Amino acid sequence: MKIPLTYILRNLVTRRLTTGITVLGVALVVFVFAAVLMMAYGVQRTLILTGSDENVLISRKASNGEISSIIDRETASIILTLPHIARTPEGAPIASSEPVVVINLNKVDGGISNVTVRGVSLQAFALRPQVRLKSGRMFNWGARELVAGSAIERRFAGSKIGDKVRFAGDEWTIVGTVDAGGAGFDSEVWGDSNQLLDAFNRTAYSTITFKLDRPDAYRDFVAAFEREPRLQQFEPKTERRYFEEQSELMAMFIRVLGIFITVIFSAGATIGAMITMYAAVANRTVEVGTLRALGFRRRSVLAAFLTESLLLSGIGGGVGLLFASSLQFFTVSTLNFGSFAELEFSFALSPTIALSSLLFALVMGLLGGFLPSVRAARLNIVNALRSS
Amino acid sequence: MDPIIRVHSVSKSYWRDSFEIPVLNNISFDVPGGEFLALMGPSGSGKTTLLNLIAGIDRPDKGSLHVAGTDIATLNESRLAKWRSTHIGFIFQFYNLIPVLTAYENVELPLLLTSLSKQERRRHVETALTVVGLQDRMRHYPKQLSGGQEQRVAIARAITTDPTLLVADEPTGDLDKRSADEILTLLDRLNKEFKKTIVMVTHDPRAAEKAHVVRHLDKGEFSQN
Repeated sequence: MKIPLTYILRNLVTRRLTTGITVLGVALVVFVFAAVLMMAYGVQRTLILTGSDENVLISRKASNGEISSIIDRETASIILTLPHIARTPEGAPIASSEPVVVINLNKVDGGISNVTVRGVSLQAFALRPQVRLKSGRMFNWGARELVAGSAIERRFAGSKIGDKVRFAGDEWTIVGTVDAGGAGFDSEVWGDSNQLLDAFNRTAYSTITFKLDRPDAYRDFVAAFEREPRLQQFEPKTERRYFEEQSELMAMFIRVLGIFITVIFSAGATIGAMITMYAAVANRTVEVGTLRALGFRRRSVLAAFLTESLLLSGIGGGVGLLFASSLQFFTVSTLNFGSFAELEFSFALSPTIALSSLLFALVMGLLGGFLPSVRAARLNIVNALRSS
Repeated sequence: MDPIIRVHSVSKSYWRDSFEIPVLNNISFDVPGGEFLALMGPSGSGKTTLLNLIAGIDRPDKGSLHVAGTDIATLNESRLAKWRSTHIGFIFQFYNLIPVLTAYENVELPLLLTSLSKQERRRHVETALTVVGLQDRMRHYPKQLSGGQEQRVAIARAITTDPTLLVADEPTGDLDKRSADEILTLLDRLNKEFKKTIVMVTHDPRAAEKAHVVRHLDKGEFSQN
């Protein structure tokens, strides 16, 4: 028979101070752990949101990202003649051939950072309907004009409507702000594709993105793409998959670094829980002796102290997670290793992160509580009763 | 009628560093059912050790211990725990109540080791607390009770499972005279009215007066005084 839970709970309440400190220690570690995972997931979600499963992005096979991909105009023309590309009623492909470059801009809070400039074609907004004009107007085709993503407008100086940005030996006027609903496009500046090619004296695009004529046409398109011998150096991916892959390096870096730091922190919290539980055993030696004399078995005592430790860490985990969940209201900006450009994202909580954070807390409780619980269970009854 | 306790040639020593300290030396005696036995003797005479052996919380080095029909020296740890929960009611000098549990919950503790339903447990607890005169203190925590009341709750805890034997280690040792008298009267009543066999360790001659039989231990052996 188990030792009643009320005994365990009331002991936790009775030792308010040590309980509070231990809970706080575990909560802090879980907060950091969850925050790191939420950060990595936030980057991933932002970039995944950027892409659509109904769009296909073509890049050069060996490229690591859009800025290192090159697609010449002839290849672009071949790609756009392939089947399964959605077309406008007039017959134009719903596609955007895009040069992607990185420029430097001054940040509002000081310093300089990279910003992605994307040259887009006429159909770019039909291709990505989530990108909407927020204020000002759309840039004019054939003009040195730009629209800035909402995150760029917030975080970079000189990127408001009417401001002029200098790059590629020319001045470009910001004429509007676009909103992409928290996707990666919010951290980009868009302009006319041909104007950018001209300004940077380029003849090749970086990538081509187009809409499929039906949502399930991807496999058929890939089959057609692979049959074309002139496209062997290029590869198609769904736009979502492409941006998801772009987020992996960054997300992995954050996770590995963050988890490494958290695991070191967790050793401290685990030792804290262990000290608390050893103190609990020491303070309750007579109680343990009494319970054992009354007939409670060693395993009941072990289970009671382990439950107490797990409760402590579980509460700590819950508190840490609660605080971490409030991070969802914050957006931060960092250099994305995939694009070498600034990316704004929000911390994002997922059920998996919540579950792993709580599990992490419970593991700390289990490790911290195990030895003290074994000690309690192994107490000699006569010696324990004598300590009164 | 078979004795309820049969102690035969029991010896027990403790080890301190590498020194063996003999505590009980070849002790034999019987206790018939319904007896109220007081064990007296100076400190270190072995009386508490003998009580612990009878209660099954310690083991003899030599000899046999039959209590309530079981040779408890042969039981493994788990069976011994089960045996204690069925046959032994403990009364300690410092009451040993669990401070975070109410009087009711303290008395209910040993019943959690039985298969009784919640309603049956409630009935047992209420009966035990009524016997010790604390039915109106059920929701009180130990720190809200006087020493005498705490010991009465401890006695209620000891009798709630209706054990074969009550073992009391200096039950009045921490109480003032008035409370000690109340406890002794209660133990006497449990013996006479409820036919409980009681083995009590005490230094207090007034406590020993309540017992039917007083045995004196000295240096691990029974003496004549």
